Amino acid sequence: MLNEYFSSVDLLVLKPAILLTLFAIGVLLTDLMLEPEQKYLNAVMALAGVGFAAYSLGPWPLGLQHQMGMAGADALEAFRGAVIVDSFGIYFMWLFLIAAALSILISIRYLEIEGEHRGEYYAIMLLATVGMMILAIGMDLITLFMGLELMVISIYILTGYLRRDRRSNEAALKYLLLGAFSSGILLYGMSLLYGLSGSTDLRIIASSISQRPAGDPLVLIAVITICGGLFFKIGAVPFHQWLPDAYEGAPHCVTAFMSVGPKAAAFALLIRMFLVPLASVRDVWLPLVIGVAIATMTIGNLAAITQSNVKRMLGYSAISHAGYMLLGIVSGNENGLKGIMIYLMVYAFMNLGAMAVIVAMRRKDIIGDEIDDFAGLVYKSPTAAVLMLIFLLSLAGIPPTAGFIGKYFIFLSLIETGHYGLAVVAVLYVAVSLYYYFQIVTSMFTREATDNVVPALSPGIRLALGVSLAMTLFIGLYPNPIIEVAGNTVASILR
Amino acid sequence: MPPVPTAHYVFLSAALFTIGMIGVLTRRNVVIILISIELMLNAVNINLVAFSNLLQSVNGQAFAIFVIVDAAAEAAVGLGIVIALFRNKETIQADEIDLMKW
Repeated sequence: MLNEYFSSVDLLVLKPAILLTLFAIGVLLTDLMLEPEQKYLNAVMALAGVGFAAYSLGPWPLGLQHQMGMAGADALEAFRGAVIVDSFGIYFMWLFLIAAALSILISIRYLEIEGEHRGEYYAIMLLATVGMMILAIGMDLITLFMGLELMVISIYILTGYLRRDRRSNEAALKYLLLGAFSSGILLYGMSLLYGLSGSTDLRIIASSISQRPAGDPLVLIAVITICGGLFFKIGAVPFHQWLPDAYEGAPHCVTAFMSVGPKAAAFALLIRMFLVPLASVRDVWLPLVIGVAIATMTIGNLAAITQSNVKRMLGYSAISHAGYMLLGIVSGNENGLKGIMIYLMVYAFMNLGAMAVIVAMRRKDIIGDEIDDFAGLVYKSPTAAVLMLIFLLSLAGIPPTAGFIGKYFIFLSLIETGHYGLAVVAVLYVAVSLYYYFQIVTSMFTREATDNVVPALSPGIRLALGVSLAMTLFIGLYPNPIIEVAGNTVASILR
Repeated sequence: MPPVPTAHYVFLSAALFTIGMIGVLTRRNVVIILISIELMLNAVNINLVAFSNLLQSVNGQAFAIFVIVDAAAEAAVGLGIVIALFRNKETIQADEIDLMKW
């Protein structure tokens, strides 16, 4: 079984992904044997899968990090260089596993209310996580492309999961059409990169591109198409139209998942592409990224002001957050990239927390995602209202919450690299974002409740909220551990 | 007969890609939009195979096969979603799918 094409390192590196895939198939099989009232066992099994994957990844015996430590290696290469596991990949894999676990926890009760509690939901979610992992560790165009498509196709299905709900159908269709369109554009750029270098390995492409003459039209087209495709995937302006619709129409728990996992995965791909194959043509893409980042912050923050639907508002806020993170790429130094890493991790906790509150608002006959549904929440459920307040403060970036740390590093890096104008614009937009986040807060704390139905905080949601809250406050009050980890991560990608 | 130069393939691919892109942006029937996306992906395949032939490297052909697999998966999911939508709404015109603002 072991020969020149296949070594034991290959198996070791892919162990988390293989375990998740096996558990996804397992969920599909056991789902057939479960009675309707036992469907929560599917979620338990999916969580067990995430747990096993985390165990095979972490610094424990049999874990990937442990094995790397034993071998004293900074990075493990597998499949003849198509996959590379370094601190960057491991950081993102942890992020995806956390996002998947928290999303599964908040899904259980929501799917019961919708009457759509079936095993394939969890199976597809695990497969989407596999796709994201491959995206974070791929070093080859084909590997990256397959990881990307595994992730996005799974998310299309999850978005349209409530097949009797028109909003869900519509969101899935819009997401699929624009997502497939952007994949086509990205692929065209990849095919040109292959044509320019004769290889699909990112490092060989990087050295071929750096030898091309400046202003080569083929390189220019390749850079523009790849940037276009990547901007689509992270939801940056002017390719953002799918995002608010997909966020609004998708089931609440899927919105939570896709606002965190796939977004982080798309950023992992973007950082990899910009820092490895396209590093030598930084002059070409830098103006594009600056323009897109400013437009993204502007549209994201201004359009969020007029929204009456909380999920749609968080969709626009997700667009603006993508704009802030792009600024870290603009400065491109160590602190900027560190800022993106911290931002993505922090964003996972605070956004999943806020979405968990929205999921709890879903009760029989109340969809619970309008700002009006939040009216007087503090009188009905003080816990939910205060938690939502903390998560919204963190999203706005107010210290001592975790959101402040991510923004701090990105703004610091902008000032270090002399982009004072951009830093000023970014800080001004933080003030704008406070305004729309506080629309929800005023609704919760100052308005009269319109109904007496108390939000249902199921055990799963309680656990997810507890973890999100703990991490949002912990990272905000004691950021040193995550800064250190993010520093190692950046060192491995800049090497 | 002399072989067809690679540049011809690349221009054919660019033309197909542009036609597909225009199709996605202007047509209103969802099925036609899906077909236009297939056109874009096939333009990529022509590019990959032409470069693979030019550079004598097999990676491009492997990549093209993966792109075909992906196109099939995307079409399957896409048509599934279209059917689910049609059952609820009885239309496949993109401009009539307007429950949420575009």
